[in-house]
Amino acid sequence: MKLTILYFSRYRETLGVDGETIEGAFASFNQLREHLAHRGGVWQVLAEHNLMCARNQDMCGLDEPLSDGDEVAFFPTVTGG
Amino acid sequence: MIRVQTAGFDPGAEINALQASSMSVGAVVSFVGYVRDFNAGNEVDGMFLEHYPGMTEKALGKIADEARQRWSLLGLVLIHRVGALLPGEPIVFVGVSSAHRQAAFDACAFVMDYLKTRAPFWKKEQVADRSQWVEARDSDREAAQRWDRGIPD
Repeated sequence: MKLTILYFSRYRETLGVDGETIEGAFASFNQLREHLAHRGGVWQVLAEHNLMCARNQDMCGLDEPLSDGDEVAFFPTVTGG
Repeated sequence: MIRVQTAGFDPGAEINALQASSMSVGAVVSFVGYVRDFNAGNEVDGMFLEHYPGMTEKALGKIADEARQRWSLLGLVLIHRVGALLPGEPIVFVGVSSAHRQAAFDACAFVMDYLKTRAPFWKKEQVADRSQWVEARDSDREAAQRWDRGIPD
């Protein structure tokens, strides 16, 4: 499967990229997040317990399944308003 | 109506427009959020608001839809600014109109509480010579959760 991943706010700054496309087999956000955090170094920021995520621009849980072509986003807790 | 914009806005004009849209309007309740010049004991010189273009508008639309489902509303305006902002500038406007006041009071509080925890915005504050990302507050999460149990007393 091919996914588009977006990073926002502190994660974007820490990782030094605002997004990427990735190919592989990931059953859920949990698996994808684990794969990314395993890159080590700055990528371990994605192991934070209060990380939030969205699938195709809808907030979701880490147990959410993934499909080919999904737009995936990881970001810290939101602070608008 | 949902607007995500860098430009400022006139809260008074928005309130007047909510009333003018229908003679059935008996109540308009509004909330305006401003940039403070302090946070957590630090002097704040300004801030930058980042968002997720596309998802932010979608998330705000869902919150507004849910408010319309929960209460009988005549109008709902939600404006949120992004980009660079200075202390004293308005960040967010929520205006709700209804026939009677309670629906407007409750819906306005609901939209703000949900927005705080469900809309993808991130504040970065300029404090002295450095900038830092604002941490989320537990009190905001708790404020949103009270609506999950129904309408608070």
